[in-house]
Amino acid sequence: MAVKVLVPTTLQKFTNNQAVIEATASNITELIEALEQDSPGIKGRICDESGKIRRFLNFYVNSEDIRFLENMDTPLSDGDEVSIVPAVAGG
Amino acid sequence: MTQAIATQDPIITSDSATFTKLVSKEGGTEYDLLPINICEETFAPLEVAYDYDKIRHQVSRETIAAGPNSIWRYRPFLPVATDNVIDVGTGMTPLVKSTRLARRLGLKNLYIKNDAVNMPTLSFKDRVVSVALSRAREFGFSTVSCASTGNLANSTAAIAAHAGLECCVFIPSDLEAGKVLGTLIYNPTVMAVKGNYDQVNRLCSEVANTYGWGFVNINLRPYYSEGSKTLGFEVAEQLGWKLPDHIVAPIASGSLFTKIYKGFQEFVKVGLVQDKPVRCSGAQAEGCSPVAQAFKDGRDFIAPVKPNTIAKSIAIGNPADGVYALELAHKTGGNIESATDAEIIEGIKLLAETEGIFTETAGGTTIAVLKKLVEAGKIDPDETTVVYITGNGLKTQEAVQGYISEPLTIEAKLDSFERAWERAQTLERLDWQQVLV
Repeated sequence: MAVKVLVPTTLQKFTNNQAVIEATASNITELIEALEQDSPGIKGRICDESGKIRRFLNFYVNSEDIRFLENMDTPLSDGDEVSIVPAVAGG
Repeated sequence: MTQAIATQDPIITSDSATFTKLVSKEGGTEYDLLPINICEETFAPLEVAYDYDKIRHQVSRETIAAGPNSIWRYRPFLPVATDNVIDVGTGMTPLVKSTRLARRLGLKNLYIKNDAVNMPTLSFKDRVVSVALSRAREFGFSTVSCASTGNLANSTAAIAAHAGLECCVFIPSDLEAGKVLGTLIYNPTVMAVKGNYDQVNRLCSEVANTYGWGFVNINLRPYYSEGSKTLGFEVAEQLGWKLPDHIVAPIASGSLFTKIYKGFQEFVKVGLVQDKPVRCSGAQAEGCSPVAQAFKDGRDFIAPVKPNTIAKSIAIGNPADGVYALELAHKTGGNIESATDAEIIEGIKLLAETEGIFTETAGGTTIAVLKKLVEAGKIDPDETTVVYITGNGLKTQEAVQGYISEPLTIEAKLDSFERAWERAQTLERLDWQQVLV
């Protein structure tokens, strides 16, 4: 599935400073692998030692936090938009 | 349109500056004093580090007392490099010794830190924004911005107007009318985003990536959040240079809660007050209580929730400092409790009726949780307890409409008044009887 991925500034050093990249994957786990293929080193930043997404990093599929979907198993469809956003705070 | 991030010769630091670097809260990686807010390795928040020896040489109780009647009396503890700060009279709000609320709850030493009257926009946010925009100016930002549940938008727009900075704020589209009007009056650009605060925040992170703006709670956040320490400093000074035994404060992102404690610790570190244990208890609205839930379940991680509460100003479902708030409550022997919407309204009314302070829903949450903690025996009646009221009720009038009495409409005649007065007295007696029964 071809999806659009919005990459935060802190990860753009792995993506040739691209803020938006295309990737092909059928779920989030595959997406992270696909990102690693194209942008070596990025997985080590996204995931901790146990392979889980770091706790201060949020993944959204079409604006929905994947923790309200199926976490790393969240399925992806053609044209989905995945945004990777570090947690921010204060209202 | 994309603006350049800053600035010719931004003022990163100066010889007299007491802050030295940014440090990751996970892993401790150090960063320069730039407009950045997260660790590149772990994505954890960055925290400002200080040279406390330098602060110790710059401050004493006397220098602070002789300083301005605002948060800037504590300037050596705040991350700004120059004397050219934005001072709009923020801070030094009353610390009220409670008599009637204390008696109602059975407490002997209850104090209310009343930021419902903080200047200029009647919430604690003026503290953090004063610091953030002073720092933004040092970085050379000409446009400032924020993602806000309302109070922060009010404050950012007002203080930006005062400082002559361009301002664009992002709010959820379902905010209370008072908070929207209280932002628009300062004539910023306001984006009302169709979504909840977490979605607004997500959008802002993306905007912050693209536009060279100073987002007070994103790329300026390490500086911004330090402003909340002044709520600790002021309480210690107002108690006669003593720390309280117990504090009760609202938890939204968890930043305010943890920074109050940091303020106490810093005063201890430089010898301004004597060290002693301070218990920190936090309050959340049940409809958005990820930290209270984690505390109750004994978890050390926060599971995000979707907010559904009238307490919009503290409705952050994915709090970035939640884990630190959790740790602090555990470490200090405090508690984190939640209150239902009905209890929040009762809390607002209780504070108004006993102390003459009209707070917004966050304050109602805090008072409701204070009451619960007392009833559960988790606050010792003799403890010096400080409850933090962080916002003003005039901004969220919708929350209490329908829960307060109506005026008695009468003719402009004495007998009409007398009949109505008699009826009012009877009603009050009936209320009394109900209470007594």
